[in-house]
Amino acid sequence: MNSFNLNTICKNLKTKADWFSLREVFESTNTHVARDGNPEANHTNSTHGVMIEILIYGQFGYSATNELTLQGIQNAIEKAEFFALNASKYSLVKFDPSVRPTNSGKYKSNAKNNINDISIPEINNLLVSSNQYLKHSDRIICTTGFAMIVDSKHKYTCSNGSNIEQDFQFISLDFSATGQHNGIIQKRTDHGMLARSYQIGTEFILDTNIKERCKKIGKQADELLFAEECPTGEMDLVLAPDQMMLQIHESVGHPLEVDRILGDERNYAGWSFIRMDDFNNLQYGSNLMNITFDPMVNQQFASYKFDDSGLEAKKDYIIKDGVLIKGLGGTESQFRSKLDGVANFRSSSWNRPPIDRMANLNLEPGNSTFNEIISNIENGVYMESNKSWSIDDYRNKFQFGCEYGKLIENGVITKTLRNPNYRGITTPFWNKLKSVGDESTFKIYGTPYCGKGEPNQIIRVGHASPVCHFENIDVFGGN
Amino acid sequence: METLCRELSKNTFQLLKKNEHLSISFSGENSNFIRVNESKVRQISTVINGEIEIELIIGQKKTVHGFTLTSNNITNLIKVESELYKMRAYINELPNDPFIVLPKEGESSKKIIKGNLINDDEILDSILPPLSKVDSSGIWASGIIFKGFASCKGVFHWFETENYSFDFSLITKDEKMVKETYTGNYWNQKDYNLFIENAILKFNSMEKKNIKLKPGKYKTYIAPAGISDLINMFSWGGISESAIRQGGSAFCKMRNENISLNPQFNLIEDFNLGLNARFNNYGELSPDKLNIISSGKLINTLISSRTAIEYNLESNKAEINEGLRTPVIAPGNLNENDILKEIGTGIYLSNLHYLNWSDQPNGRITGMTRYASFWVENGEIISPIEQMRFDDSFYNFFGNNLSHISKKTQIIPDVSTYNARSLGGVKCPGMIIDNFKLTL
Repeated sequence: MNSFNLNTICKNLKTKADWFSLREVFESTNTHVARDGNPEANHTNSTHGVMIEILIYGQFGYSATNELTLQGIQNAIEKAEFFALNASKYSLVKFDPSVRPTNSGKYKSNAKNNINDISIPEINNLLVSSNQYLKHSDRIICTTGFAMIVDSKHKYTCSNGSNIEQDFQFISLDFSATGQHNGIIQKRTDHGMLARSYQIGTEFILDTNIKERCKKIGKQADELLFAEECPTGEMDLVLAPDQMMLQIHESVGHPLEVDRILGDERNYAGWSFIRMDDFNNLQYGSNLMNITFDPMVNQQFASYKFDDSGLEAKKDYIIKDGVLIKGLGGTESQFRSKLDGVANFRSSSWNRPPIDRMANLNLEPGNSTFNEIISNIENGVYMESNKSWSIDDYRNKFQFGCEYGKLIENGVITKTLRNPNYRGITTPFWNKLKSVGDESTFKIYGTPYCGKGEPNQIIRVGHASPVCHFENIDVFGGN
Repeated sequence: METLCRELSKNTFQLLKKNEHLSISFSGENSNFIRVNESKVRQISTVINGEIEIELIIGQKKTVHGFTLTSNNITNLIKVESELYKMRAYINELPNDPFIVLPKEGESSKKIIKGNLINDDEILDSILPPLSKVDSSGIWASGIIFKGFASCKGVFHWFETENYSFDFSLITKDEKMVKETYTGNYWNQKDYNLFIENAILKFNSMEKKNIKLKPGKYKTYIAPAGISDLINMFSWGGISESAIRQGGSAFCKMRNENISLNPQFNLIEDFNLGLNARFNNYGELSPDKLNIISSGKLINTLISSRTAIEYNLESNKAEINEGLRTPVIAPGNLNENDILKEIGTGIYLSNLHYLNWSDQPNGRITGMTRYASFWVENGEIISPIEQMRFDDSFYNFFGNNLSHISKKTQIIPDVSTYNARSLGGVKCPGMIIDNFKLTL
């Protein structure tokens, strides 16, 4: 990061705005990929810029620039003013400065080691060697090791005195093996594509037991080549936390984003089946369903102390005992909807305005052990690791597929199954939640790639969940 | 920016030492974005951004460093020098990469598409009043997009376009929607007003009550916007040669089991559309036209120079990710006026939504119907339908079940804006498919 001083710039800007802020983001991403024993990528990318946000006549205007000088920022603030003034006669909402609370503070990811504490040869050796462990047999035709290490520094200062600094370190680590035999192709990854994404230090990479982890992935990819197709029919379904992550994300997180409910997203990702009067009324799931918005979980991927409106983040129940009690709406959505919300007004980088995002959204643990869950099932399928996902624009009709399945017969896990898939409709599905795993089954995952918004934004989210059991679900296999 | 990038390249190449190979990629935009909800302004923003990526090769080692490109070339050159210094230290620590593609001497290119955009202070007064009596939601994007390439072998490419897009939905009181995209380089207010009038006429046909369909197999017309979504799946584990070799492609079956699609199906990568630059990340110029699928047979896959070295093949100068940049599906014989008659009894789909492979090795794609979709009986539109999930293989719907292809094709521009505004698009017709499988 260069010597550019945001606070000095902020004091020297000339503007007619009622309120303004500067949000500076410097983000550096190191990507390392090894495939089939050879390095495929060793890339470093950085981006650095400032988003100027102004409020005038009740209309926000945004101007993003990478011209990081007083003149560059002054030009940008004038442009933001110009557009906001023009837009003020077509404003959807007339906001006031209350939607930008005054706060100051700092946040730093809980990382023991920083990016420079792992050497280039170390990381390359690790990824190249992973390929060898992944190659369980000659049937494994492709092996990959992937590491993405991100250093992201955010500064936010504004005319109301807010002054926030947040330093994040993100790591995503993944390994995969693809097998092929007699026209069947199967791929196994490390809990689904990039699911092992955390705010953590580089000790995470070095401490990972690469050998054992990769051997298991390679062995399971090979095992899937000889596995039976997942059966088709209505049966019990047990989902591992690495699939629950996707289930929570698509069928709880997105429909509860209040800007979607208010229609902002109707031309792109879609609307929501949730209506304003569903809050404190709708039985979203069975009474075992307890969902929390929790941006303060240690090392979870989307933890932070303040969102991009300056609102301080805290843990909140969104669904309690199956009843919908709160939406995922930041200060602007709270102003528009008159509903309580959370600190989730976030942008993907310096060049996009913030919108409602889900951050860390978790399912709280229940009381059942894994063995108790399985032993109560006569006929069902256990599924791990997401590989396919699709849901409608209201977030009702979904279809998800997993990498690895196991048949459950008379209370016992028996055969391995390939191409396990299931489909359902959101609230009926969640109301079939029959048992929720205890702490011993609880796992934390995340993804760097949640897409939403116009202009489009990709953002990091985190999801944690125990193992869950759903009754009478429409399950099916491959072709 | 072209002059600035040329100058920066020249100065950068002077910093090179013997045995160092360097290429530079440039990209950037100067864009206005207006997010619309309820036909009013939800958010308005402008973005000035530029990115530069330097690829350094020494011996059998390679690294790529990217950073922000500004309009100040002194700042840029200082940054380049500092990055080069870091890269030389970094590259020494890397293992050998056996599939490195060295920059080559070759043809340079330049294409600048000048536009005539609305003045910044007139955008809102031009686009919103015609929508004042309907509920709409969408995104306006306008301005300049550029990308460039320079190599130490003297190759320089530049592509720049000045354009606008308004991607929007019209929404009825009972939440039925029609999707439209208005794009171009030259703004014409009269043409825009007419486009909106026609969209509103189409929208009025949505007033009838929805019909709920049962899961099953239906004769289905998919309009060009929906077909373009299906074709875009071919760039994600599709016609990439490396994906086929590595077991990550739905086309493995086509290659390994010699399966063909319907003889009516023809897919060409055609840069004559002018929507995207012909040069790739290696600075190579791709052929003007490349037949990918001809008469249903897989003729070519996309082969990048890296894949060509790895598998001892001939490169067809594909982009490094081996995705389609400007695909064209050949038209058929079905007249626009005969579409409903040919459906007879079945479904008319304007758009699809949220596609994903549900069984990639078998070519199976799942997704949703969305926007203006209708139940048709005896060649007449009866009513809009409730959204349905489909789950079917392209080996079926572009194979034996492909019944008719429309004579008229449409360009569906890529209006996505992840990180930056996109280039490219798909030109395709609509298709009538027998037994299209709806599942939920």
